[in-house]
Amino acid sequence: MNPRVNDPTRSNQDARTPAAGNACVRIRGLRTVLNGKTIFDDVDLDIARGKITAIMGPSGTGKTTLLRHITGQLAADCGDIEVDGRHVAGLNRTQLFDLRERIGYLFQNSALLTDFSVFENVAFPLRQHLRLPEEIIRNIVLTRLQSVGLRGAAHLMPSELSGGMARRVALARAIVRDPDLMIYDEPFVGLDPIALNQILTLIRTLNDTLGVTSILVAHEFSAVRRIADHVVLIAGGKFVASGHPDVLARGESEWTRQFFGGEADGPVPFQYPARDYAAELGFAAGAR
Amino acid sequence: MNAPRRNMMLADALAQVGAVGLFMFSILAAVPKSLRHYRETVRQVWFVGAMSLVIIMTCGLFVGMVLSLQLYYVLTNFGGTAALGTVVALSMFRELGPVVTALLFAGRAGTSMTAEIGLMRATDQLSAMEMMAVDPMSYVVAPRFLAGILAMPLLVCIFNALGLLGAHLVGVSWLGLDNGTFWGNMTSTVEVWSDLLNGVWKSAAFGAVIALIATFQGYTTPPTSEGVAYATTRTVVSSAIVVLALDFVMTAFLM
Amino acid sequence: MTQPRRSFQVGTGLFILLGFAALTYLATQTTSIANYQQGDSYALKAKFSNIGQLKVRAPVKLAGVRIGSVQSITLDPQTLSAIVMIGIDKRFAEIPDDSAAAIFTSGLLGDQYVGIQPGGSPDMFKDGDEVILTQSSMQLEDLIGKFLVGGDTAKQGDQAKTDGSE
Ligand SMILES: Nc1ncnc2c1ncn2[C@@H]1O[C@H](COP(=O)(O)OP(=O)(O)O)[C@@H](O)[C@H]1O
Ligand SMILES: [Mg+2]
Repeated sequence: MNPRVNDPTRSNQDARTPAAGNACVRIRGLRTVLNGKTIFDDVDLDIARGKITAIMGPSGTGKTTLLRHITGQLAADCGDIEVDGRHVAGLNRTQLFDLRERIGYLFQNSALLTDFSVFENVAFPLRQHLRLPEEIIRNIVLTRLQSVGLRGAAHLMPSELSGGMARRVALARAIVRDPDLMIYDEPFVGLDPIALNQILTLIRTLNDTLGVTSILVAHEFSAVRRIADHVVLIAGGKFVASGHPDVLARGESEWTRQFFGGEADGPVPFQYPARDYAAELGFAAGAR
Repeated sequence: MNAPRRNMMLADALAQVGAVGLFMFSILAAVPKSLRHYRETVRQVWFVGAMSLVIIMTCGLFVGMVLSLQLYYVLTNFGGTAALGTVVALSMFRELGPVVTALLFAGRAGTSMTAEIGLMRATDQLSAMEMMAVDPMSYVVAPRFLAGILAMPLLVCIFNALGLLGAHLVGVSWLGLDNGTFWGNMTSTVEVWSDLLNGVWKSAAFGAVIALIATFQGYTTPPTSEGVAYATTRTVVSSAIVVLALDFVMTAFLM
Repeated sequence: MTQPRRSFQVGTGLFILLGFAALTYLATQTTSIANYQQGDSYALKAKFSNIGQLKVRAPVKLAGVRIGSVQSITLDPQTLSAIVMIGIDKRFAEIPDDSAAAIFTSGLLGDQYVGIQPGGSPDMFKDGDEVILTQSSMQLEDLIGKFLVGGDTAKQGDQAKTDGSE
């Protein structure tokens, strides 16, 4: 075990243990401060190749920020991030775009292009980067839409979709070029149980059949538990627990107990950092 | 307002101008790549050009009509109504056409550029493009910039043509000036290069400036709905000021 | 490409065509380029000692009706007078060849035009004929000069001097 991961509350598995020699994403000494708020405080993380790694944590802890660091959308203040052996911070724009062509990214808010129909949204990455005959594009796009259950919605505009449908279209778009690394930012939000089941199966299938490395940010532990190989729990700028979902579910540390039990009190504060409640409402003696 | 505050504002304004300048360079750098997405430019010409036709044509017609009417009353005092066509054509071609079209263009097309790009920013569409290895500068911004440069001169020509039609309607059909005199005087005075095309070049510059301001405001807007709303307002205000100032500079020093 | 993209392209093409059509129209019909083209007409030549503000493309009128336009204005180096080439519409072919041409002004400061006063000859003008009888433009300065001296042309020189001292 690496002595640098010195969090006393960490669970029985180090965040970096699974296949440390074969990591697809390797993060070392990451430090990020946004608007004076420390999001990451010297953290290390390895994401195993060909596995599904779930990142969980209270909202606003920086899960999306972490994904933005990994994909080079946001530069870290400190630390080193390697994706597939390449240092993200050192890449120029062309190299970064080359890297991103092999990454599928599902945005937290779908981010469909509002000018284009569902079909054109899914076809967009193909049209931009490959000179394919129209018929082949059609086949690929319809296959992807079929796999998320929305082939019939190909002609709709994004404004005509519900949140869950938009999420599934965005998923189809993210996987349309068969990426090596898939990043899902909260893919289950707004999905009905049937769609959820299908999407879980899809994510698992992509991994099993194509060997895709997946990073999955989600809040639904029950869903995560069914597909993730490894779970990392972020809170307060640190990775506070990590391990196989079944191990974490046993709740051996207070972090996992609180987070998966959904309790307001515990090491993860439910409240955003604030002044004393009573003082702010003017009840306390020293308030004014 | 006290002095340090004023200095702050001056510094902010300069920083803004600098940012716009840098933005312009990155657009120009993105233009070659954007030619690969020429369809996007074509689509933008449709949106900013063809979709502005109704307002441009209506306004052109009315500007020509009212100009004709006003000038008729002024020129009758000198017995110079024969010059009506000439004066209308010269003032439309050289000034009113480019400037009024530019102001209308800023209100119609500039605002929609800002709102569109701002909304794309707010809904992560620009980030999504970046993640799909598509440069928003060359896919979103540069086509709109090119469309602005392309559409404005065409709109000005249409505006001017409708303006002359309006002037002719009022001057000849209504007020009874001689048709031959109306056109004859015009054609003997108005020059293609120094009058007509002069205004067309100017309008291309206005189109570039408006598209630059509009895309800059959209691209750099805070990703919230009121951020987009403020950016849209700023587009109209700054475009109007910059167009009129640029008009003066170009007319005084280049024409 | 798919259907919507195609319709954008067609619409954009139409818009660009419309813009260029407007530009072509403005350039050829409202500017000096328009003077280089002419309709179906026949040419007459007229010499004037002074054409005043007469311009190319100025109307040519007979009895107040426009029958043609001025095609070109040049200077005759021998006689040092202006040669005005006039294009008359083919529809007005029946103009007696002893008709006179004069340069008039519409209004006080208005533009000038060529007026034709018909004569009584049985022969008509043919293409390339010269209008022999011409009357030059009435110069505004001359008019004002005459008006100031009360029409007394004999003593014009003296009067002009005394006017200055009064
Ligand atoms: N562009 C930004 N500027 C400043 N602060 C930001 C920015 N983006 C996110 N943050 C802050 O960073 C924190 C983490 O955000 P995020 O990564 O989106 O959280 P989540 O874990 O819910 O995905 C939040 O507290 C947010 O306020
Ligand atoms: Mg998030």
